[in-house]
Amino acid sequence: MDPILQLLQKDARLTLQEIAKSTRSKVDKVKKKIAKYEKDGVILAYKTVINKELVKEKSRSVRALIEVNVVPQKDLGFDKVAERIYRFPEVTSCYLLSGSYDLLIVVEGRDLHTVSQFVAEKLSPMENVRGTVTHFLLKKYKEDGILLKGKDADRRLAITY
Amino acid sequence: MPKKITISNVVSQMQPSGIRAFFDLVLGMKDVISLGVGEPDFVTPWHIRESAIFSLEEGYTSYTSNKGLVKLRTYLAQDLKRRHGLRYDIDEQILVTVGVSEGVDLALRALLEYGEEVLIPSPSYVSYGPVTQLAGGTPVLIPLKASNGFKLTPRELERHITPDTKALLLNYPCNPTGTSYTKKELLALNKVVHRHGLVVISDEVYDELTYDFDHTPFATLPGAKDRTVYLNGFSKSWAMTGWRVGYACGPREVIAAMTKIHQYTIMCVPITSQMAACEAVVGPRALLDEMTREYARRRAFVIDRLNKMGLSCRRPEGTFYAFASVKKTGLSSVVFASRLLKDQRVAVVPGTAFGPEGEGFVRMSFASSMDKLKEAMQRIEAFVKKL
Repeated sequence: MDPILQLLQKDARLTLQEIAKSTRSKVDKVKKKIAKYEKDGVILAYKTVINKELVKEKSRSVRALIEVNVVPQKDLGFDKVAERIYRFPEVTSCYLLSGSYDLLIVVEGRDLHTVSQFVAEKLSPMENVRGTVTHFLLKKYKEDGILLKGKDADRRLAITY
Repeated sequence: MPKKITISNVVSQMQPSGIRAFFDLVLGMKDVISLGVGEPDFVTPWHIRESAIFSLEEGYTSYTSNKGLVKLRTYLAQDLKRRHGLRYDIDEQILVTVGVSEGVDLALRALLEYGEEVLIPSPSYVSYGPVTQLAGGTPVLIPLKASNGFKLTPRELERHITPDTKALLLNYPCNPTGTSYTKKELLALNKVVHRHGLVVISDEVYDELTYDFDHTPFATLPGAKDRTVYLNGFSKSWAMTGWRVGYACGPREVIAAMTKIHQYTIMCVPITSQMAACEAVVGPRALLDEMTREYARRRAFVIDRLNKMGLSCRRPEGTFYAFASVKKTGLSSVVFASRLLKDQRVAVVPGTAFGPEGEGFVRMSFASSMDKLKEAMQRIEAFVKKL
């Protein structure tokens, strides 16, 4: 992968100057490359990773991973069925998998009830959905390579040779 | 009257580090950003730690062979052959040591007769002089020139050779200067070494942290293998400083002599550390590349900032140290470091810790997160501006 992408994937707030210095190229060149990546859809979005467990809110949202078994459609395969499902804003992720079920979707809702309602009223009754298994998420340890706990203290002595 | 306890002459006459007071000052202060740390800011990669834990669960808690686990020596031999074309016999030419520090000590003690001279290009790592003295030898410092990037030249080397010279203690990439040598430069040094029949004790513990060209082990140079004690370890490359494990490779008679001392003084390197080292040698190397890339990124940032604020600093070919000149400030190394610490709470190591040639320089480690480095550079700039 292009070092520019590697750097941005780790820290999207790096300035063009910093990226140029790290990759030993010109600022203009970096700027052009990033613009092209954005245009081509290689770079889709810049966002902030938030540890929601630490956000102080009265009601915290819940998440569920749902296994979905579907009947593929003639000529269209799984794509059309998947699209009908992932268009719901409650669905934050949707994957087609090999194995004992077809789609794995992540659903987020205000509380258990909201998510259950979504499954019961929207997802399960769908014509091509054969069955679902809902797993509510209890605790997150690591997500997309990021550990969801505070940074370890620097245990090194302040001065060593 | 009970007899007073006396301390051996060589130890009592050994110069204590002149900047101990400065270090104590650092340890007593809060909210200090320390660029004085001589080790990676990464922890040992998980696959290595995990294999050590597993070995404990399996009950590997005994002594090992004096030379080190056969498994580890086998892996090391394979690795050196594969990466550098270096062939060492597993049983007679490889010794697992307690870090490179022990390797240096063993090599000097095995080689030196009383009064024989060891050439040490200076500034150098802090232990070389004292350990030479403990081994009965005479350290001869070769003052390196900043204008020459602190590189030892064949001429400088030749000029310091006397009939008593036994060995050259070479360290590249070098702590504290970050200087390393291209193959061409090493070939030129090797000619002089060869002509005078010197032994080279080559401390290459920072070899993986070489940025601008491939590292060439001294032992790979023509005719050098039979005169070189090759020292390396896992501390810097694999962020394993606390495990204390390194290795020495060299001519049979030297390794046999070193092993003799090692077996009476150390017995063997802790087995858990050796188990971890096995995994470091054979495990995936992708993390190593990632760490090196990250250091290179920090190097670019730090060197650029230092030069812009007037603390001239050459780009080190290796290590994670910037050896910056503070001569423009008119302050000595120690005064610069103490005042920077008091005014801005940034700790650096005065260059004089590494020998008289370090005067006018400070060593700054860039083995800290980018955020910390940014903050540290801002503070140093503010300090320099006020002078």
